[in-house]
Amino acid sequence: MAGQAETRGTPLLRVNDIVMRFGGIVALGGVSFDVERGQICGLIGPNGSGKTTLFNCISGIYRHSRGDILFEGKSTTGQPRHRMASLGIGRTFQNVALFNTMTVRDNMLVGAHHRGSSGFAANALRLNASRAEEAAAYDGMDELLDLLDLRAVADQPAGGLPFGTRKRIELARALIGRPKLLLLDEPAGGLNHGEVAELGALFRRVRDHFKLSILLVEHHMALVMSVSEKVVALEFGMKIAEGTPDEVRNEPEVIRAYLGDAEDAHAA
Amino acid sequence: MNLITSRYFPWVFLVAVAVLPLMFASDYKLFQFTMVVVYAIAVLGLNLLTGYNGQVSLGNGAFYAIGAYVTAIMMDKWDIPYWATIPFSAVICAGVGFLIGLPALRLGGMYLALTTFALAVATPQLLKYKLFDDYTGGVQGIVINKPDAPFGLPLNPDQWLYLFALTVGAILFILATNLVRGRIGRAMRAIRDQPLAAEAMGIDIAMFKTRTFALSAMFTGIAGSLGAITIQFVAPDAFGVPLSLTFFVGMVVGGGASIGGAIMGALFIQFIPNIADEISKAAPGAVYGLILIAFMFLLPGGLASLIRILKRKPA
Ligand SMILES: Nc1ncnc2c1ncn2[C@@H]1O[C@H](COP(=O)(O)OP(=O)(O)OP(=O)(O)O)[C@@H](O)[C@H]1O
Ligand SMILES: [Mg+2]
Repeated sequence: MAGQAETRGTPLLRVNDIVMRFGGIVALGGVSFDVERGQICGLIGPNGSGKTTLFNCISGIYRHSRGDILFEGKSTTGQPRHRMASLGIGRTFQNVALFNTMTVRDNMLVGAHHRGSSGFAANALRLNASRAEEAAAYDGMDELLDLLDLRAVADQPAGGLPFGTRKRIELARALIGRPKLLLLDEPAGGLNHGEVAELGALFRRVRDHFKLSILLVEHHMALVMSVSEKVVALEFGMKIAEGTPDEVRNEPEVIRAYLGDAEDAHAA
Repeated sequence: MNLITSRYFPWVFLVAVAVLPLMFASDYKLFQFTMVVVYAIAVLGLNLLTGYNGQVSLGNGAFYAIGAYVTAIMMDKWDIPYWATIPFSAVICAGVGFLIGLPALRLGGMYLALTTFALAVATPQLLKYKLFDDYTGGVQGIVINKPDAPFGLPLNPDQWLYLFALTVGAILFILATNLVRGRIGRAMRAIRDQPLAAEAMGIDIAMFKTRTFALSAMFTGIAGSLGAITIQFVAPDAFGVPLSLTFFVGMVVGGGASIGGAIMGALFIQFIPNIADEISKAAPGAVYGLILIAFMFLLPGGLASLIRILKRKPA
C-alpha cells in the first residue's frame, strides 16, 4: 500500500539531465522535465532541436551518455528496446514506420505483441494458450478501428494507403498495446487543415478513454497550445522554457527561437 | 468457381493431387513426386527464414546436407530405422541453425547472403574431410537401403516412401501454416518489414531471428533426411552451391512469404529442368534460364500470386 502511494506521487515519466551526442554534435545537452499521469505534455522546438532524439532516448533506440530516464519511478536506462512496450511506453514515428506488406489489422496485432507470451511451439501446435492469446489480441481492435476510422481499410496492406491514414494506423497500433505513456512524433505532419483540426479532440478522447499520458512533439503551434496542459520548449538540445501553454507562448526565449524560423512554426 | 473460392479448396485439391499418383503413377514418377515433397519442405524452410523473416540465406543446402548425413550415418552405422532418424536430424539441424543464427544477427542483408553462400561453398569440402571418413564415407558417400512398407501394407517401396514423405510433409506444412498465421508469424514479418518499429512493439529481434534460423534449419534438415532415404545415397558433391541456389529459385518462383508457394516452387525445381532437357538436348541450361526469366516477368509475385489472382476474379 505504501508503494502505491509512492507511485502516485512520482511522475509517470521523469527525464533527468539527458545528454546525447552524435560525434561532435550535442543533440541533447542536459534536458530535464516530468510528465505527470494523465497529462498531455507538448514538446516544441525548431527543426533539429532534439525532439526526436529525446523520443529515441526514451524508447531506448539511442543510448544517452549522461542522465537518467525514470518511468513510474524506475530507471529505464540500459533496458533493452523491446522491453519498453511492456513497461507501458508506446510510440509513433515521425516518418511513419508501418509494416507495409501487412494488413492494417495485422499491423495492429503486432502492436499487441507484448501482451502475449506464447512461443514458436505453442503457435505451431495451436495450443489453447496461443489461441486464447490470439483472441485477447483482437480485444479492443474493433473499437479502435472505429475510433480511428480505419474499418474500411482494415484488411488492406498498410503500404499503399494515403499518408493521413497511415498516421492513424500508427496511432491504432500504439494504442492497442495499452500504453501508459504515448509518444507522438509530429502526428499532424503532412495532414490537411481539416484533419489537423480534429486531432486535438481525438488526443483528448484517447487520453481520457485509455487513461494514458501523451508526450506530443508537434510543429503545429495552434494544436500543441490548445491540447497540452504543459509545454516544454527545446532549442539546440537545451530546454528554453517549461510551463503552461500561455507561459511558454509568452516566454521571450521561445519568441526569439521561433522568430528565427517563423516559417517552420507555421508550416506543417 | 464456388469450389475454387472455398477456403477448403486448397486442402481438398492437395489431398486429391497427392493421392492420385499413388494409384496411377509409375515407380519413377512416384520417385519424382516424392522429391517434390522433399523440395517443398526445404523451400518452405527457406521461405520461413528469407520470405517471412527477411534473412537471406544462399546456404540452406548445408542444413539439407546435415539432415541427409545424419540419417545416412545412423542407418548405415547403427542400423537405426529410417523413420527414427528424422527426429535426430531435426534436433541436430535446429541446433546448428541456431548457432549459425547467432553470428547472422550481426550481418545485414547482402553480408548475410554472402556468408551463407560461403557456407554452401564449404559444405562439400567439409563432408569430404578425412577425419570424418569413417562415418561419412568420404568422397564415395554412403549407400542406404530403401525401406519396405510396414504393417504388411499392400504398397511397394516407392509407393510407401511417397506416402511417408507426404505425411511428414503434411504435418510440417500444417505446423508452418499455424505458425505464420498467428503472433509468431506476424512478429517474423514485422521484423522483415520494419525492424525498428518491431522492437518498439516489444519484439525481441535477436530471439526471433535465431529461432527462425533454427526452425528453417530444422525443416530443411528433415527434407535432407527424406531426400537421402528417397535417393538411397548421399555423397558430398550433391550438396554444393547448386542445391542451395535451387532452394532459392524454388522460393522466389513459388512466391516469397507464401506457404502454398513452396509447393509450386518445388514442382518448378523438380520438373522444369526435365522439361528444359526435352525441349533442347543441346542447351537445356539456356532453356531453363529463359523459362525462369519468363516466369519472373509474367508472375513477379511468384506462382502463389497466380492463385490470388484467380481467387479475386469473380466467377
Ligand atoms: N542518428 C543520428 N546521427 C547523427 N546526428 C543525428 C542523428 N539523429 C539526430 N541527429 C542530429 O541531432 C540533432 C537533433 O535532431 P532531431 O531529429 O532530434 O531534431 P528534431 O527536433 O526532431 O527536429 P525536426 O523538428 O526537424 O524533426 C540534429 O542536429 C540532427 O542532425
Ligand atoms: Mg523530429
